[in-house]
This record gives sequence, C-alpha cells and structure tokens, in this order.
Amino acid sequence: MTISREDVLRVAELAQLELTPEEAELYRGQLDEILSYIGKLQKLDVTNVEPMTQMSFGAAELVASSSASLSEAESDLREDKLRPCNIADAVLEQAPDAAKPFFRVPKVIER
Amino acid sequence: MSAATPWTVASIQGALRAKKVSAREITTEFYANIDRRNPDLNAYLTLSRERAFAQADRVDVATACGEKLGSLAGVPIAVKDVISTAGVRTTCGSKILETYVPPYDATAVARLEKAGAVILGKTNCDEFAMGSSNENSAYGPVRNPVALDRVPGGSSGGSAAAVAAGMAVAALGTDTGGSIRQPGACCGVPAMMPTYGRVSRYGLIAFASSLDRIGPFATNVADTASIMAVIAGHDENDATSAAVPSTDYAAGIEQAVQGMRIGVPDEYFGEGLDSQVKEKVLAGITLLEKLGCRRVSLKMPHTEYAIATYYIIATAEASSNLARYDGVRYGLRVPGATLIDMYRKTRERGFGAEVKRRLMLGTYALSSGYYDAYYLRAQKVRALIARDFGEAFQKVDAIVTPTAPTPAFKLGEKTSDPLQMYLADIYTVTGSLAGIPGISVPCGITREKLPIGMQILGPHFSEARILQLARAFEKAGGFTI
Repeated sequence: MTISREDVLRVAELAQLELTPEEAELYRGQLDEILSYIGKLQKLDVTNVEPMTQMSFGAAELVASSSASLSEAESDLREDKLRPCNIADAVLEQAPDAAKPFFRVPKVIER
Repeated sequence: MSAATPWTVASIQGALRAKKVSAREITTEFYANIDRRNPDLNAYLTLSRERAFAQADRVDVATACGEKLGSLAGVPIAVKDVISTAGVRTTCGSKILETYVPPYDATAVARLEKAGAVILGKTNCDEFAMGSSNENSAYGPVRNPVALDRVPGGSSGGSAAAVAAGMAVAALGTDTGGSIRQPGACCGVPAMMPTYGRVSRYGLIAFASSLDRIGPFATNVADTASIMAVIAGHDENDATSAAVPSTDYAAGIEQAVQGMRIGVPDEYFGEGLDSQVKEKVLAGITLLEKLGCRRVSLKMPHTEYAIATYYIIATAEASSNLARYDGVRYGLRVPGATLIDMYRKTRERGFGAEVKRRLMLGTYALSSGYYDAYYLRAQKVRALIARDFGEAFQKVDAIVTPTAPTPAFKLGEKTSDPLQMYLADIYTVTGSLAGIPGISVPCGITREKLPIGMQILGPHFSEARILQLARAFEKAGGFTI
C-alpha cells in the first residue's frame, strides 16, 4: 500500500474537495492501484534528460524533422500592450452572486 | 446501424450555388435527423436552432444576392460542449457548469461561422473531456450509433456519434490523450488531432494545457481537410498558437503517396491488441504498400511508459486548471459558512467521480515531497517519448498504428476499473505527449460489425501529408477493407 487514508484526506484538502467517507475509501483503493501502475516510471534512467516543460517550443525541437518555418513560431509572442476589453457586465451576468462591479462571497475577514 | 449523411462539404457547396437547395432546407433536414436519432443516442446536449437558422438565412440571402459564399457555406456542424459558444449554454458535460452561457465564441467556432458553417448545437462528452467512453458525462452516456449497447468512445463521443449518425456533416472535438481519434475509431469516421498550436484554443475550456487540441470529425477525408483549412492558423488571442503558415489542406490531398516511408512500430502491435483489430490494421498497411509506400519497421522503446506519463501530466495540469471552479465567478455555487466551506461544498457537488479522481491524482503528483518522483520524472519521460518520435521521423514520413487496442466496448464494461479505462488510450497518448498531429481513419469492421480505426501520425505541422495518406487510403477502399 503506497497511499493511506490520511494521504487521501490531505490531498482532498489541498484540492478543495469535501469527500464523503465512502469516496475517501474508494479513491484510496483506486489511487493506490493507479500509483502502483505509474510506479513503472521509476525503472527508467532519466539522468541527464531535460524535462519537457514547453510544448510550443520544446516538442518542435525534439521532433527534429519538422518544417523549416518553426523558427517563426518561436518569435511569435505578441506585443504586450493594453487593449480595450469591455466585457465586465457580460461576465458578471454569469456570477452566482454579483453586486456590480463585484463578485459577492462569504465574509473572509472578521472585524 | 450507422447512417452518416450523404451530404458533404462539396455537395452542399454545389447544391447551394446551383440553387437546388437552400441552407435553411439543409438545416431543417439535419434538425429532423437530430429529432429522430438523438433521443436514442444522447449525442447533443443543447441545440442552437435560433443561431443556426439565422446563419442559414444569412447564407441564403448571400446566395440570392449573388455574393461570394464561404468555403463551408450552409454546412451543418456540431461542436463539443467544452468549446465556448456565445449565448449558447456550454456545460463541459459537468453539473458545475450546468447553466453557464459563455459571453464569447471560441476562435474555432467564429472561424467556422465566418466561412458560412451552421452550428447546430453542442455535443455530449465526458466531464471536462476526462474519459474514454463518454460515460463520465453528468448528462448520461452517449450510445454508439453503430451498436447501441456500446460506448462511442470518448471523450468527444457526442461529436463522433453525431457525425456517424447523420446528425451533422462534421463536428469539432478536442483531443488531450486520444479524445478525437479514439471515438472516431469507435464510431467509424475520420477524426483528426492537429499539431499542438495549429488550431487556436481561445475559448476552449481547459483540461490539460500542454496537451489539449481542437480538431475535426467528418464523414470523409476531403471534408476533414476542408474544416482544418478553416480552423487552422495563428490567433493572437492564444499565446500557444503557432505562427506557422497554414495551407489549404483540401487542395493537395489527391496527390500520390508513392515513395512515402511508413513506419510501423513493433510496440503498437504487441500484447493487449485485439486480434481482429491487428489483422485489419496490418491489411491497411499492406494496402498503403500497394499504393507505393515503403514499410519501415520501427522500435519506439518508451511507448510502454506513455500511459503512466500521460496520467501524471494531464491530471497535474487539470488540478491547476480546474481550481477556477469555486462558485465565485460562474457556474454552480453551493452556499457555505465560510469561503473555503463554499469552495469545498461547490466542488463536491459540482464535480463527478472521474473528475474528482483525477484532481486527487494530479494534486498528489504536484504535492510537496512527491513532485520530483512523479511530475518532474513524468516530464523527463515525456521528453524521451518525444525523442522516440524525433528519431523515427528521421527515417520515415509517417507512422501507422491501430488507433485503439479494441473496438468499442460495452457500456458499463470498464466503469468500475479506472486503470483499464485509461489503457484504451494506449496508442493515442504518445502522439499527444509529443505534440504531433494524427488522424484516425476507418479500417474495416470486426465480425461483429464494429468499426476499426487506423492511426496515421506525422511530424509537427505535417497535416497536409497525413491527410494525403488518409485520402489515398480512403480512395483505395481502405475504409471498408
């Protein structure tokens, strides 16, 4: 057993999930099985392997036989400048509890 | 039995321009098909009749005025319910977004409409695109139009079923680990995952940001290419979209494939592969050889680590992306005494079992003390898997494999065993991790008459070549081999 009930409850808290006792037990067993399957990655030697963190750029470099125009993709971040975005009202319409121009939530700070 | 529509992008363009039919009549015909088939199949969650008929009328007015029509004028298209549509409810197959109406259109949807396409409605899918069978939808499973007791595949099962059952000419789906290609295989229709960054994801509701892609389902390769030509291309609203020029993918598909080198990796034909699937896909490869392709045996040694790698990376990213569902800004809110209490109650009630399972797994993989052993290691193995492809594409022009290890399985068959369900994606997650494009094309049926899919993978931005191979295969009778 690699994952305990306490682990499950700790992770649920981090993930902001309020699990029922039945769910906690179900997930403990299932996560245990999945994690032991995933354990096969520990067998591989990954010394000197750089982690692949950037898809748009990293993958293209690794898969070497791509088209010549990839360099264009790399230079393609747009200029960081302000643009008008007048959607506040439309966005607030979707809020469960809006007090324009705010989202209302349970009290966070007690005075 | 399946009954895909005889209408194609080309036949609709011809009929509209010859004034043999109006876009309104075509739209009406498809809603009649939906009214007839959808109660059994549950492929559509929301129909956008008003928007569809308004668009059809715009096309008809343009035709009457002799204006130039777009390349998809009057073509009825279904959109997976994880892709935003302004004014049309978008649920992601989740209770947490049951009443969510996006204030804007995804770029892919906007481009389809600009080209004249008629958006019929939103299709069912696994909750937040997490699943391989469509059974994780909060709104009930989709049934496979070919065999109603079977799953349509997932997560884009509704889009695949809609096209296979004649409820749309084409559809948009999303693919994170196989969610376009695998349902395409299960339902017997072509289904394409483009290169990472090829199609804008602006307005796609995120699952795993380093993997998610939008792509088309259609009834034939030419239509798949026509949809790709419209949705591909750079979008400044998506920082991950590539500035690589896109081409008219439909224009070159009839070119001969003679001399192309086709890689066949041993690792995709081993244990776990259904014998009938194996037989048909090998027959498919033989057909490609008859068309002048040269077969090259490959070894891709990291293939067996792909599922483990995928389920760490995808769930880790999901645990971050889905943190936004907290009852504050949109979607469900379950009241709580404190802010944290509200978050937890909202998420507990709003998310289904598979989403919670993946959020737990992803949070665990990213948590203090486990990050190096799981997430960081998975990113390194991902690099090794991508390197396998890089080395393969030095030797071959494309790689051909089965799309899925088995044909469509029965509803309920794998729901109690998440790991078995994850293994349905064993041949598709590799291309997802490497960021490369792939298409699943029909490759005959089993003795039980269930569709089989053959996957063609290519290097980054090789969509035109993959479509060319798929078209040559289709033309030579590969779909019914």
